[in-house]
Amino acid sequence: MTEENTPENSVRKGMPLWIQITVWSVMIALLVVVFVGLQRAREGNVQAGAETANFDFTMPLFEGYDYEGAQEISLTDLRGKIVVLNFWATWCVPCQQEADELEEAWQHYKPDGEVIFVGVDYVDTEPEALAYLAEYGITYPNGPDMGTKISQAFRIQGVPETYFLDRNGVVQHVQLGPFSSTQQIIGIVDSLR
Amino acid sequence: MLPSLGYGILVITFLVTLYSVAIAIYGQAEKDGAMIESARRAMLITLPLITIASAILIYLLINDRYEVEYVWSVTNRTMPIYLKITAWWGGQPGSLLFWSWLLSAFTSAVTLRKWDRDRELLPWVLVVTGTTLAFFIALNVFYENPFKLIPAGVPIPLDGRGLNPLLRHPGMIIHPPAQYLGFVSVTIPYAFAIAALITGRTDDRWTRITRKWTLWAWLFLTLGLVLGMRWAYDVLGWGGYWGWDPVEIAALLPWLTLTAFLHSVMIQEKRNMLKQWNMILIILSFALVIFGTFLTRSGVLSSVHAFAESEIGPLFFLFIGFTFIVSFSLLIKRWPDLKSKIEMKSMLSREALFLLNNLLFLSILVISFWGVIFPLLSELFTGSKVTVGPPFYERATGPVWGALILLMGIAPLAAWGRSTVKTIGRAIWKPALAALLFPIFALTTGITNWIALIGFTLIGLVITVTVREFWIGANARSKNKRLNENLFTALLHLIKRNRRKYGGYIVHISMVLIGIGILGIELFQTDTQQHLGIGEEINLAGYTLRYDRLDQFRHEDGRLITRGEMALSKDGKYIETLAPRFDLYPDGQPMTIPAVRSTLVDDVYVILVNWEGITRESTPFKVYHNPLVKWVWIGSYLFVIGILIGVWKDEESKEV
Amino acid sequence: MKKLNILILLFIIISLFAVMPVSAQGGDDGVSDDEVNAIARDLFCPVCENTPLDVCETQACKQWRELIRLKLSEGQTEAEIKQYFVDNYGARVLDEPPKEGFNLLVYFVPPAIILVGIIVLFRAFKEWQGDDQEEYEDSSEGSIEPKRASADDDYMAQFEEELKKKK
Repeated sequence: MTEENTPENSVRKGMPLWIQITVWSVMIALLVVVFVGLQRAREGNVQAGAETANFDFTMPLFEGYDYEGAQEISLTDLRGKIVVLNFWATWCVPCQQEADELEEAWQHYKPDGEVIFVGVDYVDTEPEALAYLAEYGITYPNGPDMGTKISQAFRIQGVPETYFLDRNGVVQHVQLGPFSSTQQIIGIVDSLR
Repeated sequence: MLPSLGYGILVITFLVTLYSVAIAIYGQAEKDGAMIESARRAMLITLPLITIASAILIYLLINDRYEVEYVWSVTNRTMPIYLKITAWWGGQPGSLLFWSWLLSAFTSAVTLRKWDRDRELLPWVLVVTGTTLAFFIALNVFYENPFKLIPAGVPIPLDGRGLNPLLRHPGMIIHPPAQYLGFVSVTIPYAFAIAALITGRTDDRWTRITRKWTLWAWLFLTLGLVLGMRWAYDVLGWGGYWGWDPVEIAALLPWLTLTAFLHSVMIQEKRNMLKQWNMILIILSFALVIFGTFLTRSGVLSSVHAFAESEIGPLFFLFIGFTFIVSFSLLIKRWPDLKSKIEMKSMLSREALFLLNNLLFLSILVISFWGVIFPLLSELFTGSKVTVGPPFYERATGPVWGALILLMGIAPLAAWGRSTVKTIGRAIWKPALAALLFPIFALTTGITNWIALIGFTLIGLVITVTVREFWIGANARSKNKRLNENLFTALLHLIKRNRRKYGGYIVHISMVLIGIGILGIELFQTDTQQHLGIGEEINLAGYTLRYDRLDQFRHEDGRLITRGEMALSKDGKYIETLAPRFDLYPDGQPMTIPAVRSTLVDDVYVILVNWEGITRESTPFKVYHNPLVKWVWIGSYLFVIGILIGVWKDEESKEV
Repeated sequence: MKKLNILILLFIIISLFAVMPVSAQGGDDGVSDDEVNAIARDLFCPVCENTPLDVCETQACKQWRELIRLKLSEGQTEAEIKQYFVDNYGARVLDEPPKEGFNLLVYFVPPAIILVGIIVLFRAFKEWQGDDQEEYEDSSEGSIEPKRASADDDYMAQFEEELKKKK
């Protein structure tokens, strides 16, 4: 049967080369994309030891929550200080549990100016956020994560998450989920001093 | 004890499967019949083994053995027994086991068929299905052990976490098995195709053996899709049934290639052409099944249906790479053997139109696949996430679906070999005229949307053309005195004599009936959301809904049920009372259950918008008016009937 | 654990709020639920997976709907509100990628591939047709007279056969 169908004029013509090349390259491209996607999905959040130099950001700040009078804050401006970067949202219940602790810790370090707390409000609405900040009496700089750029840079997996950066902007400690006490925060910060 | 036994059996099954594959390959190489027989027997043992493992899992599920993590995560004490059994496929590890069980059953069915008739092909079929089976069992053995115990030292929980309430619905009991059946059954034609490539038996033997398998696979894929849609409509409270979510698309993709295959394989049977193309389609179908499963289970894509993050990604990735590379390499190797002399006399011949049909199905495939994969690309190249949502898919695939319907109207009139505009024109003008009644009727009901009018015309054409096919055949029989049949028995005999053809036509009609429903909901859906006090009314699309009462009570299984009652009326005439519900499970999981009044003309679909906060003074209701949506379900029933007719054993079947 | 964080949180929130009804009245500020939903249905919830904002049950989504209501009552247009959402929460809140830059590919690649498919198929047709124009007369479907080249051919053939059997 097979014999019958083979055209007599052409000798066993293989698959055209251009088709082979196209299919192989599409297939490999697809596998590469999926592989990288898989890596990303499995990567998790930024770990201790990571440099933050390449994901610098400028964050606008809520009114009344400015940084030394500026309405914007940038990670590079904070070199030389220990940075406590806290991701939160008003719709997040555990964030409320740790709000008082964070503020207390902030008050503890505020006077000597060596440690700076920054709140990053993750996908939230401004009116709710301002109400939340007022309710918990938070005073350290806070701003919205515009376009989720900051949270993407840190690849946060949920809120609350807190990143402790040393004076060189290197992540030294990551806290997933809420803090249990003010002492816990102070303990971590002191270990970086 | 029992959990360890279950796990032990899985490990043994894994080893047996590997043995079977290895010895089948070796036996083929050495031409050693005894070895191949051993491989066959080994494969046959896997089914009882996996069945026992599954039985153990079900036993553990039924008996609330919360020391097993999986049991804890998908059941709790309040769940009725049938839900505990269906929790078998309620989570990642269990559903993988279920998958393996199905695959093993199918493989056994193939292995048990007349082995001697296909001594050449069957050992290789065994190798392919065995490899796939080994892979899926490996996922269970190495990553997702359904028998895994909770960590030592942790006290055994008193109660389980329970199945996600959305999954505690009758639709969810049959939707996943149907979907998995569809996915798994694609493996069999693929295995035969690969066996044909390996052995070089590239004649139509493999397509003839797998004809029924392919139809069954198609039936289950369709059932999976339809049941999923029905479940979404009844449970999710979104007012619709299809959201172009990655998981939904992953289920649609193999359906598209398989539908294309079912058509183009007929060209191979009738004209002995396009063997290369059919091979490509069947490989593509299997690749899409595996790829879709991977995308939705590995956490690569985000989807409402996605399983929780899992570690199976890398192994899955390797298997996909392996499948792609081996399949394509074999295809290149056998490409010349698959060559057949192609002659297409006319662009309007049946085979040419089938090819056009393939082009259209693959266009939908390209659009959908690209839409699914694009967010990954975007994140990779620009670093920002994007969503590819319904508007993209609807706009892009809408015209293609339309073209497919047009083709369904023309193709039955085209002859194999050659047709001309003249022959088709002669056959089509009467049905086409009759088809105009559809848009005219639509116009009289006040529909002026031009997309809808075009759609109804095309749908009308398919119906009139297809009905005419039945009429011509049945009429000819009944007119014949020697057969002595009345019109009805003539029709029955007609269908019986050529099940595949007429089953196919019934499927065509069912597709356009579904099309009517889709047009209705896509183009004419309206909705409104309002906060009402008792006695207040909502008006939508000529209906009036009066808010009568609100009840809150506790169900015996602990659910807190909030139920509103609305009196539905039209033109001042009371029709019925609709009672949308909001169930809050004891573990805090909410579920919104719509109340629907469904007729052939339209559905009135009401939900209690619990997420806006319910108080007695101000209760938020959302009402959807979904015209014609019932036709989606009617079409689906007919679809199943059509395939069953096609798949039923032919009386005068010359086959095997 | 990681990704579950958010989900678990959301569930807790949902349950909390479901037990103690929050009073959110529509229409306080002259903006109806329908007007809000008209915009919300085109936006996706930024924190959940693939859920349109108008049917999203989480507390966060409720806040976003309230935000839309607020912006509407301030007289903002649909386009402005959508832009605000993109600026704040990223392009993923839109139901389609914005038509600019890299994202244009989502719109152009499928038609390009389909076009290539059409061209390949068309050229193949021409080739297959060209091969044997002269053979046209003695085409394959032997027994059937050329005039009756309609779809019932195979049925008719079968039918004839059946009749023969009956005799």
